[in-house]
Amino acid sequence: MSLRMVGVVYRKELIDSLRDRRTVVSMIFVPLIVMPLLTIGMGILSVSIVGQARREVPRVMILGGQDSPRVMAELMGVKGLRIVPANPDYAEEISNKQIRAAVEIPEGFDAKLAAGEPVTVTIYMYQGELRSGFGANRLQRFFSDLRDRTVREHLEAQQLPQSLAHPFDIDQKNVAPPEKVGGAVLGGMVPYFVILLCMTGAMYPAMDLTAGEKERGTIETILCSPVSRVHLVLGKFLMVLTASIATAVLAIASMAASFGAGKQMLLSITNGAAEPALQVTITGTAVASIFLVVLPLAVFFSAALLSLSLFAKSFKEAQSYISPLMVLVVLPAVAAVLPGVELSPTLALIPVLNTSLVGKEIITGTYHWWLIALIFLSSSVYAGAALAIAVKLFQREDVLFRT
Amino acid sequence: MIEARHLVKRFQDRKRGTVCAVDGVTFSCRPGEIYGLLGANGAGKTTTLRMLATILAPSEGTAVVGGYDVTKDPQMVRSCVGFLSTATALYGRLSALEMVEYFGRLHGLDEDTLRRRIDEIFARLEMNEFRDRRCDKLSTGMKQKVSIARTLVHDPSVMIFDEPTMGLDIMAARAISGFIRECRDNGKTVVFSTHVMSEVEKLCDHIGIIHDGKLLAEGTLPELRGRYGIQDLGDLFVKVVEQ
Repeated sequence: MSLRMVGVVYRKELIDSLRDRRTVVSMIFVPLIVMPLLTIGMGILSVSIVGQARREVPRVMILGGQDSPRVMAELMGVKGLRIVPANPDYAEEISNKQIRAAVEIPEGFDAKLAAGEPVTVTIYMYQGELRSGFGANRLQRFFSDLRDRTVREHLEAQQLPQSLAHPFDIDQKNVAPPEKVGGAVLGGMVPYFVILLCMTGAMYPAMDLTAGEKERGTIETILCSPVSRVHLVLGKFLMVLTASIATAVLAIASMAASFGAGKQMLLSITNGAAEPALQVTITGTAVASIFLVVLPLAVFFSAALLSLSLFAKSFKEAQSYISPLMVLVVLPAVAAVLPGVELSPTLALIPVLNTSLVGKEIITGTYHWWLIALIFLSSSVYAGAALAIAVKLFQREDVLFRT
Repeated sequence: MIEARHLVKRFQDRKRGTVCAVDGVTFSCRPGEIYGLLGANGAGKTTTLRMLATILAPSEGTAVVGGYDVTKDPQMVRSCVGFLSTATALYGRLSALEMVEYFGRLHGLDEDTLRRRIDEIFARLEMNEFRDRRCDKLSTGMKQKVSIARTLVHDPSVMIFDEPTMGLDIMAARAISGFIRECRDNGKTVVFSTHVMSEVEKLCDHIGIIHDGKLLAEGTLPELRGRYGIQDLGDLFVKVVEQ
């Protein structure tokens, strides 16, 4: 093994790749510029959309209620609602977003309420639609208040204590530290992005250094030099790994910075009313730990992408091989973000998913050391196998000269 | 010195099954000689030369190139061979200088020797004007010079040219022919493949006619003309192939 030769190949590939626009974009531009823009931009966008929806005075329809003047008068007097004339096509109007919600007041509502008879008010809404949800909630709040008031009035009339309807309070209190709370809400997103960028960072150099060489006709030029194919593949692999790690490191750094900046920005927009998601803090230890667990995955991606691209005759063909692979990476990475998916010894053996899950735990400040060790070990085994395959493929004439 | 002994190369093809691209080719070429491998497209020229340059491994047989066996010491063979073909492209994003430096380092040259060799070659081929220009910005003629510099940087004793003038204009093709002759005059062992009869007549000391992977006839041009009683090399080639 001549490290000097590996170094010569690596140095050339580094110079060559840094002059390749596609590699530079995926390695530097995406994590440094696109990721913070996405993180902050999406945050601002979602806060502003929700804020706008909240500020809107919802148009709602009242169905029935002609024989209940008291509730009708109160409803008409609610400031945050715009009442529109009743229409039998209310369901269609809600679905078409012409009105946000409708409320059906049953016959004899006022009288039944006064008599203490059971009665049901129905609120119609468009489930999953933000503004319809706000409109329906506004109506719900009104009727809840009315119900409480009615109970109070009945108790007063019977000269019974108010506590009869409210014998005790229930209070939920968070005992987890803020970083754990934030991590549980948003923590999964960080390793997901790091893994994804780790893969995209390795993608272009892997294709360029193999299929790209075939396409440009330089593969024969390099093969007639005395460098051994093992040294050649190791030099190329190190370059792909550099791109992958550089992308991941830049992604972690820019994400930490953009979270900090984004947090301040959102706090100022929401006037300090921090959502749990805003309580995410990425500590230095978490950054170092994520980097450590992502490292074998970066080796695995680099070697696997190098092997796969080598099969292709052209850059385009390599892209068609690698695009489906993205799904294979995205799915387990996304699975880890889903609530309820927790790290276990079995999941620790599934590549990508294990790293994503452990990353999520690290963000929340939880360190299951033996699981981390198991993940590091299993990922290293996969990485080693992928690298061995890449070295083997570089010895095969039918792969190198596939036409 | 090159000695090819019963070289055979078989490929697996999905449609055609096992294909024998080179079938028992034997020939030799001494230092200070040009051996021309003449054949139509698909005759087995490129595969033969790739085996001599150890880019491909023979299925059977062997060859000794520059004193090293291609099957036993492929790396040593490559260190004494300069291989040039139209398929050996340049790294477009490297400059002419970086390209030649890279191959010099791959050949294990120390930095002093590399610097001296590059100065010599760049001066001789008049490349200093564009030494720092990226290869993808060079003209065809300039690219040819960089390729030549790349094959010469380690001062190889054996030169292998695979259809080196294919696709080149007359000026670039003449420059390559001149370079091949210069290699021979400098005592190098030269093998080159072509299907251009005029190139063979002008350059070759020995000729091998290859068809369907088999070496059908071999000798100097006067010997072949005498043996077949045909003066025109094109007609001679057709007669050999049809026999």
